[in-house]
Amino acid sequence: MIRAENIAKKYGDFVAVDGISFEVQRGESFGLLGPNGAGKSTTMKMIAAVSTRTSGNLEVLGMDPNTDGPAIRSQLGVVPQEDNLDQELRVRENLITYGRFFGMSHAAVAKRADELLEFAQLTDRAKSKVEPLSGGMKRRLTIARSLMNDPQMLLLDEPTTGLDPQARHILWDRLFRLKEQGTTLVLTTHYMDEAEQLSDRIVVVDKGAIMAEGSPAQLIRQYSSKEVLEVRYGSDKNSTVAKSIADVGERQEILPDRILIYSDNGERDLAEITKRGHHPMTSLVRRSSLEDVFLRLTGRSLVE
Amino acid sequence: MTSVADIMADADKPRRWGWWYVTELRLREMRGYVSYVVTSSFANPLMYLLALGIGLANLIPEGMDGVPFLVFVAPALLMSTILTIGAEEGMYPVLSGFKWHKIFFAIHATPVTPGQIVGGFLVHLTIRFTFTAGVFFGFLILFGAVPLASGWVMIPISILGAFSILTPLGAYAARLEDDTGQFALIQRLVVMPMFLFSGTFFPLSQVPDWLEWVGWVSPLWHATQLGRTFSYGAIEPMWLSATHLVVLVAYSAIGGYFMHRSFVARLTK
Ligand SMILES: Nc1ncnc2c1ncn2[C@@H]1O[C@H](COP(=O)(O)OP(=O)(O)O)[C@@H](O)[C@H]1O
Ligand SMILES: [Mg+2]
Repeated sequence: MIRAENIAKKYGDFVAVDGISFEVQRGESFGLLGPNGAGKSTTMKMIAAVSTRTSGNLEVLGMDPNTDGPAIRSQLGVVPQEDNLDQELRVRENLITYGRFFGMSHAAVAKRADELLEFAQLTDRAKSKVEPLSGGMKRRLTIARSLMNDPQMLLLDEPTTGLDPQARHILWDRLFRLKEQGTTLVLTTHYMDEAEQLSDRIVVVDKGAIMAEGSPAQLIRQYSSKEVLEVRYGSDKNSTVAKSIADVGERQEILPDRILIYSDNGERDLAEITKRGHHPMTSLVRRSSLEDVFLRLTGRSLVE
Repeated sequence: MTSVADIMADADKPRRWGWWYVTELRLREMRGYVSYVVTSSFANPLMYLLALGIGLANLIPEGMDGVPFLVFVAPALLMSTILTIGAEEGMYPVLSGFKWHKIFFAIHATPVTPGQIVGGFLVHLTIRFTFTAGVFFGFLILFGAVPLASGWVMIPISILGAFSILTPLGAYAARLEDDTGQFALIQRLVVMPMFLFSGTFFPLSQVPDWLEWVGWVSPLWHATQLGRTFSYGAIEPMWLSATHLVVLVAYSAIGGYFMHRSFVARLTK
């Protein structure tokens, strides 16, 4: 569906995307995981044929976005990072007018709008204005809008950023349904749990470049350990304690507020530390996550 | 799997009709403020005609340019009303479509092109201006301010005049990141002077020489003068009438060209 070879985007002298390459297959769910400013939205806009790339080769559905923009866009569903619903129209009208842009008939858009209101659990808000909807509802409406043309591929730019946990879960449930129906999903996120939930395959991006690629499980296996022990000694003591336990575990990350110890047995390491007389204020043994992968790759955490 | 050829065929309808879908959207959005458009379309001409046409006309019993003052001033009132709306529509609604309302970005995510967005936007305004100018013209007839049957030609002239202001402003507004007072400044330093020094209330020849150029560059003057020839047969050389038309078309065409370029630049950035 997508073949990107070394694509780059410059804004003046500033390099937002610095030569990235990846492929996305039909039916796949593909995630771009990276912190704010990594170049995720810029990449999505190039794929969506609304931002002209500066260099590299890009094929979307067998066509070049720089030259066949309208034909590519006719087959895509796009959920932009910032909602751009039409505030002057009602909920259902937003769907109807959007469907028309794809050349659908009045009858077809009316039917499709009702189906999608049902899907987005917004049927009872059909005649409501957009403004009073909650953040989660607006997001669901934007997703419903993106599905009007029954797209071959759905592009979701930070689908749940800024939503409360409950709204996120409702949204994830809807997206999971689409995934099960075989819709090709491409999504960006800076939430590792979202990337883990929704993507079969992930690329980790930072500063416009790809740091790693693989399934969430592969990435964790390759770049992290099975378990992580987190210990806290209070911000001023963390670094001094760290020196005397530096040989514990396979690898460590010293963060301002805690020490992360990577190994395949966190409880054993905790016992070892305690034996040396360093009783942590709090401790926690957990499984490795994509957050740890990102920390390993960049030395920074995903969400500041 | 859908082939590229199938996809191209699918995209064929929006390729031809995209502009119309945009017009459709703008018309639907208009439902929210249609009462404003209708009310102002009726209130404006009534106010102008009562105040200027009747009130001022009594002070100038000898008339102007060989006709009663009401007849002289009527084309100018129509033109300045429609051109002022044109100036407004070229500023805030254009920037808003990119900045606050962001609707142009939403449309551009579909097969519709930047050119079609501009096209649909202008077609919608043509419909709106036709209505408002039509109502205004109706009032002029009612007040006996249009002696000649050819007076209706003022309606298309007013729309052309509106576009000759709207498209250059639209080209500018589409490149703005934010309105930090630019629009108010344009309103005061461009639109207002144009209104005052364009031979609106008195012939341009009575404007001080050193200000006459304002008239010559002003679409309002060209639209008004052209309107006067159709409305009451104002006498001017043929070349001058032709110049009015050429200037208005040139403003609109060049403005339209740059407005399109601005939209492309902003939407594909
Ligand atoms: N229109 C633009 N003009 C200039 N710089 C931009 C523009 N859009 C994005 N950038 C810059 O490019 C970088 C990547 O932005 P973006 O793709 O939005 O990142 P992300 O979506 O991963 O947060 C950022 O540093 C951002 O400031
Ligand atoms: Mg982004």
